[in-house]
Amino acid sequence: MIEVVNLCKSFDGNQVLKNISATFEPGKTNLIIGQSGSGKTVLIKSIVGLHTIDQGEVRYDDRIFSKMSTDQKKEVRQEIGMLFQGSALFDYMTVQENIKFPLDIFSKMSQAEKLERVNFCLHRVNLEKVNGFYPSEISGGMQKRVAIARAIALNPRYLICDEPNSGLDPQTAILIDELIQEITQEYNITTIINTHDMNSVMSIGEKIIFIYKGQKFWEGTKDEIFDTDNETLNNFVFASELFKKIKKAHL
Amino acid sequence: MLTIFYHIGRYTLFVKKVFGRPEKHSIFIRQLILEIENLGINSLGIVAIISVFMGAVITLQTSYNLDMPFVPRYALGLAARDSILLEFSSTIVCLILAGKVGSNIASEIGTMRVSEQIDALEIMGINSASFLVLPKVIASVFIFPFLVIISMGVGITGGWLAGSLSGQVLSADYIYGIQYSFKPFYVVYSLIKSVVFAFIISTISAYWGYYTSGGALEVGKSSTKAVVVSSIQILLFNLLLTQLLLA
Repeated sequence: MIEVVNLCKSFDGNQVLKNISATFEPGKTNLIIGQSGSGKTVLIKSIVGLHTIDQGEVRYDDRIFSKMSTDQKKEVRQEIGMLFQGSALFDYMTVQENIKFPLDIFSKMSQAEKLERVNFCLHRVNLEKVNGFYPSEISGGMQKRVAIARAIALNPRYLICDEPNSGLDPQTAILIDELIQEITQEYNITTIINTHDMNSVMSIGEKIIFIYKGQKFWEGTKDEIFDTDNETLNNFVFASELFKKIKKAHL
Repeated sequence: MLTIFYHIGRYTLFVKKVFGRPEKHSIFIRQLILEIENLGINSLGIVAIISVFMGAVITLQTSYNLDMPFVPRYALGLAARDSILLEFSSTIVCLILAGKVGSNIASEIGTMRVSEQIDALEIMGINSASFLVLPKVIASVFIFPFLVIISMGVGITGGWLAGSLSGQVLSADYIYGIQYSFKPFYVVYSLIKSVVFAFIISTISAYWGYYTSGGALEVGKSSTKAVVVSSIQILLFNLLLTQLLLA
């Protein structure tokens, strides 16, 4: 479980996150939604420690991450898998080397065991025979799947995804969503997904947190989102004609 | 003025972070060998080409300017040797390497920053500065003196070729000149400078790359800043080292 308590973050006097508190449960896909510039990515990066927070706490299963020493943080980070918006695969390494990299650094496995684990992770994300390719030689959707494979290589307890569907066609986006949800449930991982893809919200939003102008504005599930009378949330989620029709049909 | 102090402070902290303990020695050695090839071996061509031509030009220009009966012809070899040993092979070659190697380091690390590859390393619990930069610094400090020695040899050979082929100096005079009143400390002085310049180029370029923010445009700007700042620092430290070592 990941908990955020009264988290505040500002840049050059501009407060981006204001007193955000939230709980992200294991085995569930926890979604953070909000408009561009609302502070979603800053929140995600504050949770994983890429941004130093000004105030508040971030807890990983009752371990106060934001107050840990660098070495303690290092240990927790080995339990975190992160999927970046642009995949962030190391472009000078092949697919196999990318997935094997965390194993090379942190595991005591033999080469054969590492390769077995790489192939298992690739198989888990439905990729075969791409071991020798460089990231630039595979499609965006495949890069995302390789990034997921790398994120799960060390059996993480926490999976953080920053806009995993950005730049993907709707069909591939659904595949990635389903894959993240399957992995979350299969390994009982605490997953946080930062998205503004409404298809993701409707399909895998087991818990949704809506961020508006740096504040937590609403919290609920994908079913509850249909019944909310929060105008700002409705304007954001049901902005398109298609989603307006879906809401109308649901009601 | 405040900006300069800000960068000096941040650069000092960055260098401290770079010299953190490597995560795994086997991976560090592999990275180091790759960097020696990338930053050193791949620079051999440009160093050799520039050195041979500069050696030739130094010899010919000295010849045209010292065309006096009371100046012995072997002075051409002597002048070419001292120019190459004292200044060209260390300072000028390192300024050229600041352009080639410095922009390479800054753009590579800058691209990794803007494409979140550095964040990915940090999330894994890896000291990204040490992992990415330390092999480059050690590779540069190790390989630059070899490049400088090669430049000295090639430059002096270029002078000999140009001088003898153009008829400005007899081969025997030139060879006598390069041996005349030779001070081995000049080579040591040049090598000390190359080690200092290698450190300057690799750390300053990595610093600008590491703190890139934005996109492709900013990567280009960081690369330019890396070359400009490295070059200025090379000239400054050249002055300091010359005063310290030769005065």
